[in-house]
Amino acid sequence: MDLSKETLLEMYWTLLLARRTDERAWALHRQGKIAFHISGIGQEAAQVGAAYAIKRGYDWVAPYYRDLAMMMALGLTPYEFMLGLMGKKGEPSSGARQMPSHFSLKRANVVSLSSPVASHNLHAAGIALGIKMRGEDRIVITSIGEGSTAQGEWYEAVNWAAIHCLPIIFIVQNNSYAISEPIQKQMAVPSSADKACGLGLPGVTVDGTDMLKVYEVVQTAVSRARSGEGPTLIEARAYRLTPHSSDDDDRSYRSREEVDEHKKDDPLLVTQRTLQAQKYLTKAKIDELESKAIAAVDQALADAAAAPYPEPADAAFPVYAEEVQHA
Amino acid sequence: MPEMTLVDAVRLALDEELERDPNVFVVGEDVGKRGGVFRATVGLIDKYGAERVIDSPLSEASIVGVGIGAAIYGMRPVCEIQFSDFIYPAFNQIINQAAKMCYRSGGEWTVPMVIRAPYGGGIGGGLYHSQSVEAFFTNTPGLKVVVPSNPYDAKGLLKSAVRDPNPVLFFEPKKGYRLIKGEVPEGEYTVPIGQAKVSREGADLSVFAYGMMHYYCLEAAGTLAGEGINVEVVDLRTLYPVDRQTILASVRKTGKALVVYEANLTGGYGAEIAASIAEGAFTDLDAPVRRLAGPDVPAMPYSHPLQDWFMLNPEKIAAAMRDLAAY
Repeated sequence: MDLSKETLLEMYWTLLLARRTDERAWALHRQGKIAFHISGIGQEAAQVGAAYAIKRGYDWVAPYYRDLAMMMALGLTPYEFMLGLMGKKGEPSSGARQMPSHFSLKRANVVSLSSPVASHNLHAAGIALGIKMRGEDRIVITSIGEGSTAQGEWYEAVNWAAIHCLPIIFIVQNNSYAISEPIQKQMAVPSSADKACGLGLPGVTVDGTDMLKVYEVVQTAVSRARSGEGPTLIEARAYRLTPHSSDDDDRSYRSREEVDEHKKDDPLLVTQRTLQAQKYLTKAKIDELESKAIAAVDQALADAAAAPYPEPADAAFPVYAEEVQHA
Repeated sequence: MPEMTLVDAVRLALDEELERDPNVFVVGEDVGKRGGVFRATVGLIDKYGAERVIDSPLSEASIVGVGIGAAIYGMRPVCEIQFSDFIYPAFNQIINQAAKMCYRSGGEWTVPMVIRAPYGGGIGGGLYHSQSVEAFFTNTPGLKVVVPSNPYDAKGLLKSAVRDPNPVLFFEPKKGYRLIKGEVPEGEYTVPIGQAKVSREGADLSVFAYGMMHYYCLEAAGTLAGEGINVEVVDLRTLYPVDRQTILASVRKTGKALVVYEANLTGGYGAEIAASIAEGAFTDLDAPVRRLAGPDVPAMPYSHPLQDWFMLNPEKIAAAMRDLAAY
C-alpha cells in the first residue's frame, strides 16, 4: 500500500465530511428547507477509495447520484453541494437546473449525469474512446448502482469498452437495494462482477466498506487501463443505510433489525477502526475532526442559505452551444 | 460542374470533413468495409483507417451514447443509424442526453455531433425500413433537425452539421439516394442550417415540403404549370429550428398554403407548419391551410399496392395542389 499517513487521514476527512454533509441534507429536507435529497450514506468508503486511485483532475469521471463522497474527493465543496440542494445561483453541476446530486464538475473532468440510470456509462465509454483515439494516457471511471446493471445501456457500454480495449473502469456500488428491490430480484448471479465473463473483461468483487481494499483493486484496474490492457468491472459491496431518497420510506420493505445489523459495518466506523489500529487516528483526533466537519457544514449551510437564487430568465438559456456565455 | 447522386454528395461531404478535421470520425453499423448498407461511407475506411471509420456493435443506443461521450471529449462524431426506423433504442440518448447536455450543465458541456439516418418509404421496406421519424425529434429543444432534398444541399448541409457545435439529426431521403441527381460544385462550400429556400417561384399557392416530398412537389408543380397554375415550392431544409420568416413571406405572397409530408398525418411535422401559418399569416390566407400526409395507420406496409396506398407521389400531390388552387 503506497498511501502515506497524511493521505489516509485526508481520505478519512473526505469520508467524514461527505457523511456529515449528507446527514445535514436529510435534516434540511425534514425541515422543509429543500425539495429533495438522495444519499450516499454507507457507500462513502468505496467512493473515496476509488477516487484516490485515479489521477484526480487529470483522469475523467462519470459518477452517479450517490457519489457525494467521490465528488468531494474530486474537489466539490459542501458549500457547492448545498447550493445544489437549495437550487441556488452558481451551483456548479447545472446552474441549479437539475435536481441535487446530478453531478457535473468541469474543473475536475466530471461529466454531467441525468436521472435515467446507466445512460452515462455510454458517455464514459465514448470519452475513453476519445482518449484512445488521441493516444493519451488518461483513464475514465464510471460508477453505477447494482440495480442499474440490468439496463441495456450498461451492457452496451461495457461491451464497447471490451471490444475496443478502452481505458475505463466500471465501478458497481452494490448497496443491496434498487429502491425497494433486493439483489435477488435484480440479477441471477451473486455479484454483478460475474457479468464480466460474458462480456470479455475481468470482473472483481471487493468489500465496499473497506476503503483501502477498494483503493487497491481500483489501483490495479487503473494501471491496466493506463497501460492499454483495457477495462475492468469492479463490484464494491456495501449497504444503503438510508432510504433510497428523501421521498422513500424503507420501513415498507426492510426491517429495522436488518438495517441496524448493517450499521455495524458502517464504512465510517470501519475506516476509523482501521486507522486507529494503524495508530494514525486517536480518539482525540477523531473528536477534533468531528468538530471541524460540523463547523465546515455549518458554515457551508450559512453561506448557501445567504446565496441568491437564479434569475427566472436564466431558465431560457443555454439551449444551444452558441448561447453559452464563457466568462 | 459534376453531376452526382444524393448519396454520393453525402459521401463526398464525409470525405472532405474527415480530411479537414482529425477530430471527425464516422461510427455505425457496417460503415467500414461494407461502406454502409446504402454505400454512403464506401471507401472511407481505406482512406482514414478503422480507427476513424468505426464498425459499431449492433446497438443503436451505444452508437449515439458513445458518440456523445466522444463529443464531450472534443471529438466530432458522425453517427450513422442504419435506418431511421432503428433509432428508437437510441431515443433516450438523443432526447435525454444529447439534446439536454448543454442546458443541464449550464453550458459547461456541449455535444457537437451528427446523427445521420436514412428515412422514408417507397422502397419496399415495409413497416420497419420506411419510417419518417422527424416529428419525434422536432419538439426537442437542444437538437437541430435537417433534411436535405438534393445533392447540393446534402453536401453543404452535412458539412455545416459536422461543424455545428450542437447535436444535429440529419435525415436523408433514402428513396432519393440514387434517384435524385444534381450538380455539385467542386471544392469547399457549406449550406447554412436554419434557412428554408424558395426552390420554385409561383403566385397561386405555396407548398411546403422537405426531403423526398420536396422532390415530388417540384415534379407536381411542373405538371400544374402546364395547366396554368403557378405553384411556389418552399424547401424547408431545416425542420428545427424552423425558418418561419421564409414560410410566412411565401404565404403572404400567394395566400394559400399546402404542407406535404410523408409521415403520419396526425401530430406530424406539417402540423407545426400549419399552426405557424395560422398564427403568423391568418389575414393573408384566402383558403384554409391544407395538409397532405401519410395516412394514420401504424406504418407503411410492404406489399406494392398497400405501399402505394400509403405513399404520397407526384400525382397525389398534384391533385391536392389543384384542389387548393380552385378554392
